[in-house]
Amino acid sequence: MPSFVIPDKCDGCKALDKTACQYICPNDLMVLDKEIMKAYNRDPTMCWECYSCVKICPNQAIEVRGYADFVPMGAKVTAMRSSEDIMWTLQFRDKEIRPKRFKFPIRRGVAEGQAQPFDHWPTGDSDLKSPTLMCEPAGLNTDKGPVKIDHVLTL
Amino acid sequence: MTQFETVTVETDLLICGGGMAACGAAVEASYWAKQHGLKVTLVDKAAMDRSGAVAMGLSAINQYVDLNSGNNTLKDYCDYVRNDLMGITREDLVANIARHVDSTVHMFEKWGLPIWKDKEGNYVHEGRWQLMINGESYKIIVAEAAKNALKEANGEYFERVFITHPLVEGNKCVGAVGFSVRENKFYVFKAKATLVAMGGAVHVFKPRSTGEGFGRSWYPPFNSGASAFFTIYGGAEMTCQEVRFIPVRFKDAYGPVGAWFLLFKSIATNAHGGNYMKENADELAKWDPYGHVKPAPANIRNWLMMLDVMDGKGPIYMQTADAIKKISEEAPDEKAAAKKLKELEAEAWEDFLDMTISQAILWASSNTEPEKKPSEIMACEPYFIGSHSGASGAWVSGPEDLQNGDTKEEYFWGYPNMTTVGGMFAAGDASGASSHKFSSGSFTEGRISAKGAISYIVDHSEAPQVDAAKVEALKADVFKPMETFEQFKGETTDPDVNPNYIRPKQFMYRLQKIMDEYSAGVSTQFKTNDMLLAKGLELMTFLKEDAGNLAAENSNELMRCWEDVHRMYQAEAHMRSILFREETRWPGYYFRADKPNIDNDNWLAFCNTVYHSNTGEWEMKKRPVKYLTV
Repeated sequence: MPSFVIPDKCDGCKALDKTACQYICPNDLMVLDKEIMKAYNRDPTMCWECYSCVKICPNQAIEVRGYADFVPMGAKVTAMRSSEDIMWTLQFRDKEIRPKRFKFPIRRGVAEGQAQPFDHWPTGDSDLKSPTLMCEPAGLNTDKGPVKIDHVLTL
Repeated sequence: MTQFETVTVETDLLICGGGMAACGAAVEASYWAKQHGLKVTLVDKAAMDRSGAVAMGLSAINQYVDLNSGNNTLKDYCDYVRNDLMGITREDLVANIARHVDSTVHMFEKWGLPIWKDKEGNYVHEGRWQLMINGESYKIIVAEAAKNALKEANGEYFERVFITHPLVEGNKCVGAVGFSVRENKFYVFKAKATLVAMGGAVHVFKPRSTGEGFGRSWYPPFNSGASAFFTIYGGAEMTCQEVRFIPVRFKDAYGPVGAWFLLFKSIATNAHGGNYMKENADELAKWDPYGHVKPAPANIRNWLMMLDVMDGKGPIYMQTADAIKKISEEAPDEKAAAKKLKELEAEAWEDFLDMTISQAILWASSNTEPEKKPSEIMACEPYFIGSHSGASGAWVSGPEDLQNGDTKEEYFWGYPNMTTVGGMFAAGDASGASSHKFSSGSFTEGRISAKGAISYIVDHSEAPQVDAAKVEALKADVFKPMETFEQFKGETTDPDVNPNYIRPKQFMYRLQKIMDEYSAGVSTQFKTNDMLLAKGLELMTFLKEDAGNLAAENSNELMRCWEDVHRMYQAEAHMRSILFREETRWPGYYFRADKPNIDNDNWLAFCNTVYHSNTGEWEMKKRPVKYLTV
């Protein structure tokens, strides 16, 4: 069933203008049953198990059950994503194996929504025919490297 | 029958796609468009935050040339790519991406992507060209910058609009049409230039999975051949349509092996502990000069493994426990070893959790702790992905300043990354013969193409001429599967079984079966020959005719119908190109049993193809391979 929705937790995103899972699914699989106001995955065989719906759900109403045609039952991998990091919990089929927890950063130094696309470095020229892209050549360098690149290289 | 309102959008640059290449194009195009008062419009079939191949995240950036370290040169990168692709590569395109990709990666860091650093503040390399990242939100961060760029330049983006067809007048692309999968709208985009970046193709071949796991392809199932169809059907010359990619990954869930091979220095063995890279080394001479290059080409590594599989020496294992043991033994004392082990454990699991969560589920469900037991690896099914170790895509112009007198006449025609159709540009998986660009290089190629496209628009400022009658005819075609369903659904009691139409899922199975059995898929261990291909093409003729009888109950299924049509064109281009190239050059990708050897005298050349939509004919062309660095 790859991603599945827990009915007690799903409220059909009543408070939002559209359901979060339906908005995010890269393969257009999540749909809202408007009669019961619950979401579901309309075609589990086209699900990539990308967890985009799991991570975005405001009610933690979506989980993933491994593909039934090759994954033994009983394990569980859950994700809790905040604006700065993600917490993973892995439960094994064998309950004797201690569950694993990992926390990884997801972004660093720039608040959500604030990625400024332009002008982190000056752009060397404004000629549309030149090979210089935005922020080049200065942006080709780091503070660490000994070679300072002052023009777009050729072979 | 639902009525679909026609919405016309006029713009200067149309970017089709929303993945890494499209986001790179949006950022760079917006920068230059702002200076020249031009409008940029991007159209994505999904939501940009999680669309394209990086939707789930990535655990590494696979192209970072690190030019300013002084350790690598552009020639080094060209050597690596040319050798991996057995000589078939456009060095002008590879070098063009390589000379810009470092600035892309530095921008990613400025946008908030966490790139691993060591104590001295240097990037942590996974391998020579690869950087480790905490990449769960890689796509979200990149999409955020792209959206902000469009906003600053008064551009716009559409989500959940599926592009079906190019608009071409004469030999000039004037936009595209598509439909919304959320509203009853048919979109007509009129543009002075169009940049194609809609990814590669998955599910052209039958996957190994048989049931629910059908969607667990290595590359995402939503990359469905839209770029290939757009350029093929638009009349653009295509290249390397035979150069599929077959990754070897952890078996079934297709988790990444890069960190294990490169970072943890693991080896893979057959069931008896034999290292097939060593035991089968005699085979390498057969594929020289590429058999003995370092690192061994991906398809050659595949091949040496496949020989063991065919010899009945499976399962093939990644020796994870041995690798971890070796690394922790290098620690100075027990305490340091325990700490190292914990670090390695987190790194190993993060590698999956960042980009293939299914593999973490499979390991947990099979009680696999990598430090305790090895895990099976296996060759996946074939994919079309010109950004990785495949090469399929459109034949595009290189940059002028990287050509020499010999290459210029073949590889340059005005604007970087323009296809052979005027005003139609291609990047990422959409452009061919420039492999090993991965996520960062695809973004970079989007930037290169976008600047080229803006330059083209400034030089060709005339408004796009779109034939209204043609658009109306296309609209009727696009929605025909829904008409068909409505017309015939009442003729049987089960809408799935109806002699008047075929639903897209069954159509996809039919395509996949043809490709699997006749065109060197999994079930023939990637082998075919000229007669199998001819038979397969005969079956494709029936399939193409039946595409006119596809039926869709709703807009989601309508999208599936057109995804199938897109895949079908990719499939035919692939079969014809394998048939045209009378040799076996990439034995670990496909094997022509009737031409079992590499033939450098005759086939160190590109196989290109042009589809003529007015006659339905495929024209095959042999183009010379001309190097810049050797």
